[in-house]
Order: sequence, then structure tokens, then C-alpha cells
Amino acid sequence: MSKTKRLLAGPYLLWMIAFIVIPLVMIAVYGFTDKTGAFTWENVTAMARPEHLKALWLSLKLAFLCTLVCLLLAYPLALILKAGGVKKGSFVVMIFILPMWMNFLLRTYAWLNLLDDGGILCTILEKLGLAEFSIVGTNTAIVLGMVYNFLPFMVLPLYNVMSKIDDNVINAAKDLGANGFQVLWRIILPLSFPGIVSGITMVFVPSMTTFVISDLLGARKIMLIGNIIEQEFSTAANWNLGSGLSLVLMVFILISMAVLNHYDKNGEGTSF
Amino acid sequence: MKQPLINLVDITKSYDGDIVLDQLNLEIYENQFVTLLGPSGCGKTTTLRIIGGFETPDAGKVIFDGQDITHVPPHKRALNTVFQKYALFTHMNIGENIAFGLKIKGKSKAYIQDKIKYALKLVNLEGFEKRMPDSLSGGQQQRIAIARAIVNEPKVLLLDEPLGALDLKLRQDMQYELIRLKNELGITFIYVTHDQEEALTMSDNIVVMNQGYIQQMGTPEKIYNEPENAFVADFIGESNIIDGVMIKDRLVEILGAKFACVDEGFGNNRPVDVVIRPEDVDLVKPGEGTLEGVVTHIIFKGVHYEMEVMAGGFEWLVHSTDMFPVGTKVSIHVDPFDIQIMNKPESEDEEAVGVNE
Repeated sequence: MSKTKRLLAGPYLLWMIAFIVIPLVMIAVYGFTDKTGAFTWENVTAMARPEHLKALWLSLKLAFLCTLVCLLLAYPLALILKAGGVKKGSFVVMIFILPMWMNFLLRTYAWLNLLDDGGILCTILEKLGLAEFSIVGTNTAIVLGMVYNFLPFMVLPLYNVMSKIDDNVINAAKDLGANGFQVLWRIILPLSFPGIVSGITMVFVPSMTTFVISDLLGARKIMLIGNIIEQEFSTAANWNLGSGLSLVLMVFILISMAVLNHYDKNGEGTSF
Repeated sequence: MKQPLINLVDITKSYDGDIVLDQLNLEIYENQFVTLLGPSGCGKTTTLRIIGGFETPDAGKVIFDGQDITHVPPHKRALNTVFQKYALFTHMNIGENIAFGLKIKGKSKAYIQDKIKYALKLVNLEGFEKRMPDSLSGGQQQRIAIARAIVNEPKVLLLDEPLGALDLKLRQDMQYELIRLKNELGITFIYVTHDQEEALTMSDNIVVMNQGYIQQMGTPEKIYNEPENAFVADFIGESNIIDGVMIKDRLVEILGAKFACVDEGFGNNRPVDVVIRPEDVDLVKPGEGTLEGVVTHIIFKGVHYEMEVMAGGFEWLVHSTDMFPVGTKVSIHVDPFDIQIMNKPESEDEEAVGVNE
């Protein structure tokens, strides 16, 4: 029995070694060596350079903004879905998940089309007599693109955790004298907390590291930390520096997640 | 006459075109233990939810203490509910659960602490303040749910099948506990259950419901001994329900034999339903009773034997402490006051409430 189990685990073990462990080790090796192969801290400490710190800070700001907007949009939506008794796998829920089934690049190009100079939105605004202005190439455009792409990752865990709250628990709170706001503040919010934590995690991490969205909607004018790392690997062909910066970013994210997950003791929100 | 504490007037409720309650009228008096009893889908829980404010009736009025509260939201009603699956707040400890209603009402800390102590003592769970709901057994959780409701000093406590999820022994203990609580608190309990034994044990008054209609209201003794129709007779305990003809006052013909009874006023030669409880059927030596038969089945049930006796073409269910082996020829005797005569259903409305099991 245990032998068969071990055999069954084999392919996964191989997969993990080939595509997770080895690449991580390689990044670590590249990150701590220079071009000659000698050990160095330089690639890691390079994060402290002003242009890198600036990009990291901007990434942090935009990721935070995007996460906040997602939370503010998704929470009321999850509440409405719950109040309406919308079942899992229903049409309404599917509508919100549907964009996830489309290619990520395609969706971002669509936004580029909407926001670009001479694009649909700008044309409409100009026809309305508003001064000529450009959205692409601004932080706003990047946040818009990130919110659009990552919103489902916030909606799903929130909706998931809320649909698990027993209606009678809410009824019991009302029964004991709580009005709508008190029910939300004292019952629904604390009970949906694991969903909030897991939604934040799932939106914050990809928006912190994205480079495609900032590349396209930032019109290559705005450098996020993801863009810098990407360029080190592609145009600059400095794998060592790219790896070093990646490692720092990874540790940075791990720490933020550890702090966040500290509040999600039961890990309920992550199970969907 | 005393004014009822709760008065339901012509309550009608339907879901997606299915009528759940049809012009229901019900009066509940102060300090009573009233049980709404019926099979699932009979409208008993809907009735409770309408009283609690979680459902609004399509038509009709809910009068509470002389005031129309039909459209008053639950958090403004002076009654509290104990839900089927406890519905405790899992993110709060027991003390915080019990304090919830009092905190919302803005009571002082000292008052709340006193109340928590008092309530935990009342439900025999002293010292549980700091425990979390998850660490409690089902029975304990249900007691906390009751404690959480009664600290608010409601005039009425609504209980929606609160013992449904507990095992038999615990359920019986909790039944006595609830009777004690009701007597100590001196408030009205409205209790919903599908368990007839539970209803008979605890209630001052039972309201038997089926398919949105009230079938019969009365004390447990009255409901059990004098069921008004075949549904009630069948739902409350086991019974033999047999077609009969009322020959004249105090004489009924069942399966070709004439039995003396105590019922009057049904007219002469009128078809009726006859209800005889299994424990009221006496088996005597052949020739000594009213109807001759043969024992076809016997099962030992602990307190008594359950037998089936084929007599007059009808399988009689008999409970007796005397044993008659299968194949024994016996004679059936029933004391006149143990025979309950009921009118056969006439209108379609009554048809709709007939036995459907």
C-alpha cells in the first residue's frame, strides 16, 4: 500500500524537482555570483540603488492601490451575491469569472485599445469637448489594467467564504437586536476575514510582480520592479543582477504574506 | 377571557406559487409551552419564522401584545429565537456570544457580566465564558444558544427544532431541561418539532399541522386520546384507523362486528373513521371478545410485545405485555371509551389534509 502511494507521488515529485526546486536553486546560484562565477552580495544589495528602490516603491504603491480598489469592489459584490442567495456555479458568478478564461495578454491589449490615444475612451472624451489628454502611460492606466485582470482573484475567495456563513447565524444576530450595519460589522466582516486575507494575497502578489501590464499600459515610460527584472534578463542580459533582484523581491513578498497570514489562522479562505 | 400574547390572523404564505400556509389563525397565551408539530413541509417552521420576523406573510397579521408587528424587522421584536443548528458566532467565545444582544442594547459591563454568569448557571455550564463554540459538544452548544437568547429577557422564546441534531439520550435530558427552564423563567415557549414524543413530553398545548393547515389544537392528552381526524391519529403515535359505520349513538360497526362506544351525535348508519390505539386492543380467549382473529407477527419491544392480528380482514396492530405466539387464535376486545370516532373527510380542503404516509 505505502509502496503504491510512493509510486503515485513519483511524477509529482519529479515535476516539483524539475520545475520548482531546480529553477529556484538556479536563481539563487545566479543571484549570488557574478559573471565569472565568483560569490558576491552585489546583485542582492543592488536593490538599494536609487532607481531600483524607486521602482520597488512605485510597485508597492500601485499594488497596494490595486488591492484596495479590488477589495472595495469585490466585497460589496460578494455581499450582494450572498444576499441574493446566488449559488456556486451559477450564471452570475460565472460572468465574473469568465474573463479569467481569456488570454491575459489579449485582455491587456483590449485595455490598451480602450485607453490609447485615439482609442475609444479618449475619442469619446475629446468629442465631449474635454481637453486632449492621454491615459496610457500613466499610473492610473496601470492600476486600471491590474484591477481588471486581478478582480476575479478577490471576488472568488470572498464569495467562497461568505457563502459558507450560515444564514441562521446572520438571522441570530438580527434576532438579538443587531441592525444591518451591526450585522455587517460584528458578524459578517470578522467571519469573512479569512477570505479577505486570501483575496489580498492573490491580488497583491501578481500586481506586485507584473511587468506585462506596466509594459503595455505604461507605454514603457513607467518602470515597476517587475519591468526592471525583466529587462535585466532580456535586453541587459545580466542574469545575475536579475536573479539577485528577484530573490530580494521574493523575500519581500514572503514577509508580507507571513504578516498577512498571521491573521488567517485557520486558512479557511484559501480553500476554493 | 385573557388576551392572547401572540395572535396570528389569517396568515397566508406561499413560495413560488406553492401555498405553505393558508389562512392560518393561531392564538398563543402567556406563559405557555406551545408546540407546533407536523411532518416536514407542513408550514410549522414558516409559522415560527413569521413570528420571529424572518419571513413576511403574503397576507394576514401578526399581533404581539396587542400591537401589529407584521412588518417590524426581527431586531426590533421583543422575542428571541433558538435556531436548529445553534447558529453560534464561531469567532467569539461563549461569554461574548451570550453578551452579544446585551452589548447591542448598550447595557453596562457589570450588568452584562452578571447576566452571563446567571445564564450559564441556568443552563448548567458555569465557567465556560472563555471557551470557543467549536470546542463544545452539540448539546452544550445548544444550551449556549438558549442562554444567548434568554439573557435578553424575551417575552417569548422561539425554538426551531433545537434538539434535532442531538442523539436520543441527550435529547431526552434536554427535554427535561427545557421544561425546567420554562418554569423557572416563566415565559412563553413556542417550539417547533416533527417528533411527536418530544411534543407530548414537553408541551402545555400542541398545534398539529399538515400542509399549511392546523389539524388540531389541544393538550397532549386530548391530542393523543381524542384525535379529530385520521391525520392526527396517525401522526401522533401508532394507531389502527379502520372504516366503520355508526349504527346509532354509542354503537359502531367495524369489520362486520358491533362495538360499544361512547360517542354520540354522528347520526344513524353514517360512515366514519374509527381510531383504536394499539395498547387499547385487548386480546382475550376465542369467543370471549367481539372479533375473532389470529396472531400473524410478534416482535419483542422491551416494555411490551408488538403483535399483528388478522381479524375481520384487517391487520390490527396490538401492544401488550402478554405474549401470544404466532398462530394463536384470539378474540379482540376494546373498551367503549378506548374507541375514538371521527367524521370522514368531506370537502376538498379536508381531503388535502388527509393521511399521506
